[in-house]
Amino acid sequence: MANVALRHVSKRFGPTEAVRDLSFAINHGEFVVLLGPSGAGKTTTLRLVTGLERPDAGSISIDGRDVTRDPPGTRDIAFVFQQYSLYPHLTVFDNLAFPLRSPARRVPEAAIRKRVEQTAELLHISGKLGNKATRLSGGEMQRVAIGRALVRDPSIFLMDEPLSSLDAKLRAELRLELKRIQVELGATILYVTHDQVEAMTMASRIGVIKDGELLQLGTPREIYENPDSRYVASRLGTPQINFLPAGLVPEIAMPPGTDAVGIRTEHLQIAAANGGGIVGRVHRIEHLGDRNHVHLEYRGQMLITLADPHQPLQAGQNVELKLIAPLLFDAAGRRIAATAVH
Amino acid sequence: MAQIRVEDLRKSFDQFTAVKNSNFTIENGTFFALLGPSGCGKTTTLRMIAGLELPTAGRILLDGEDVTFRRAAERDIAFVFQLFALYPHMNVKQNIGFPLKCQGMPKREARERVLETARLLRIEHLLRSKTSKLSGGDRQRVALGRAMVRRPKAFLMDEPLGALDAEFRALMCGELRDLHDRISATTVYVTHDQHEAMSMADTIAVMNAGRIEQLGSPQEIYDRPASMFVAEFIGSPPMNFLHFEAGLATGDHAIKFSNASIAVPEIREARVPGPLVLGVRPEHIRFADAAPVRGRVFGAEYLGTTQIVTVDTEQGQVKARLPSSLSVQVGETVGLTFRSDTLSLFDAQTGAAIRTATYGSGGHG
Repeated sequence: MANVALRHVSKRFGPTEAVRDLSFAINHGEFVVLLGPSGAGKTTTLRLVTGLERPDAGSISIDGRDVTRDPPGTRDIAFVFQQYSLYPHLTVFDNLAFPLRSPARRVPEAAIRKRVEQTAELLHISGKLGNKATRLSGGEMQRVAIGRALVRDPSIFLMDEPLSSLDAKLRAELRLELKRIQVELGATILYVTHDQVEAMTMASRIGVIKDGELLQLGTPREIYENPDSRYVASRLGTPQINFLPAGLVPEIAMPPGTDAVGIRTEHLQIAAANGGGIVGRVHRIEHLGDRNHVHLEYRGQMLITLADPHQPLQAGQNVELKLIAPLLFDAAGRRIAATAVH
Repeated sequence: MAQIRVEDLRKSFDQFTAVKNSNFTIENGTFFALLGPSGCGKTTTLRMIAGLELPTAGRILLDGEDVTFRRAAERDIAFVFQLFALYPHMNVKQNIGFPLKCQGMPKREARERVLETARLLRIEHLLRSKTSKLSGGDRQRVALGRAMVRRPKAFLMDEPLGALDAEFRALMCGELRDLHDRISATTVYVTHDQHEAMSMADTIAVMNAGRIEQLGSPQEIYDRPASMFVAEFIGSPPMNFLHFEAGLATGDHAIKFSNASIAVPEIREARVPGPLVLGVRPEHIRFADAAPVRGRVFGAEYLGTTQIVTVDTEQGQVKARLPSSLSVQVGETVGLTFRSDTLSLFDAQTGAAIRTATYGSGGHG
């Protein structure tokens, strides 16, 4: 059963259509990530689910109950923000206990203690319960902020870029932790980010959102391997997918109407020029350590692909390019099914 | 353009020694990166080369000429700072031309220079624009133009891309390196970002606590890190460290690793039994059922082309970069094999790399 479902939800702020006819469901125990640039409508979507905004059209249900008109407090939702807004004068324990001590809940103190201790253990901060919240590292503070949402056991967690204020190393660590906690608890999460790595590594399903519209919803693998459009294809993958005008590569078979050929690094093999095929020139080699980014010039276009760092390639060298099942797109940027190629 | 030579350079601030006996030569036309965490002495080194800071001891030579105690203005070096302040009341052309105006260069010649610089940076179309109307990237280009227009002997840059977001930074890295390839100016570039250093530099000096830990090409530093510090600082995810206790004999081709034998490059340095560390890059790990090193899969992170699989072993957590086509279940037990010719060994106490056939004689800073 779907934990949360949005049906044809729209929201406008003055002349701006923040969210347009949005429909999707988050299943029980699912980690759904909305991926999009700033201004895409991600945060508005979260605020609509919480009830902080009311939709102009459409409906929202939680656990099968229509909550479209319900006030935020009654929706059984926990929200984690980008900035860990902890109470600085309270200890970690009291910060975690705070949501449970709300007069509306009337949870007995013994139950609170048990719940906080369980949560702290899950987050690996058991040793810090007595610390003042301000005497924690950034990563620990964000764990506490997440923990404060976890203690309540709501029907859904909404998270708005909770890792974006952390440094790269900590972010990588907490990505893995958050996924582990979600799996262990079987929690349902709706998470928004502009970071494709967060989306790919944590999501059960990714929703790619742009200009208030949901363009595609699917598992990270589906979205990466089978994007519906040029835009979605360009959102996932490092280095970014390359596009060549179809007319530049007459060598490959493509159905009529093909306008552009999308080439990811796994669609491209490079070998020493051997008098035939598609020949490009190495413009520059960029070291990553484990791999090289090879910048290739091909008929005035620049392609970036990955290569083994010990493959002998040099700037200025001509190389033969072999395309393996690249993605094809029409003039409107829509994907043309690969089956049509053969 | 110029060669920069640094000899026994040292800088102390009261009790604190920021730079300890640095020695290196930056050949003419090289893109040289000083890489390290904050407080490692990289900016102090750069400021001494620029003449903004006087060394406590040592010499700095510019094209063979001792400039150690010469004022910054007399060094013919252009310094590009982290936060670019453009003159807001001037347009792009006036901003770029400003250093020439200060020099008192004839107007006509100055105009030619500004045009030429703008062409190199591909911002000719912006010459009449107000700086406040520019995009972030164009502002950076104008700031670079202002540094380039004097045709200095060398460029010194202190985290010029530090304030940019990741995507844009990658783009500017490409542009800076392209520009370098066009004008071949000796460049000293300070950064704490390994990606920037790896992607742009010909030579990297990795600094730690005032010392240069290693000096070499990006690939050399990645493949043969001279210390655990370097091994961990470079690479994402960084090198995995597996702790074990053993002795080593010259000529050995394997190590005894908790009752298993693991093939390594030929050992070139005998060691009495003691704590050692096996260093393995994530992309040199494969799963094999029969492998002696075993662990439990903690998580798998899909990245499109590859996935990063985190495995808990008795020796610690290990991250492997594997093809994304491989199906991995969280919680399953896996065996790990390592590509033997790429392995590093370190002394657990000092962190220094142990000499092997892979390391040969070079690679140490």
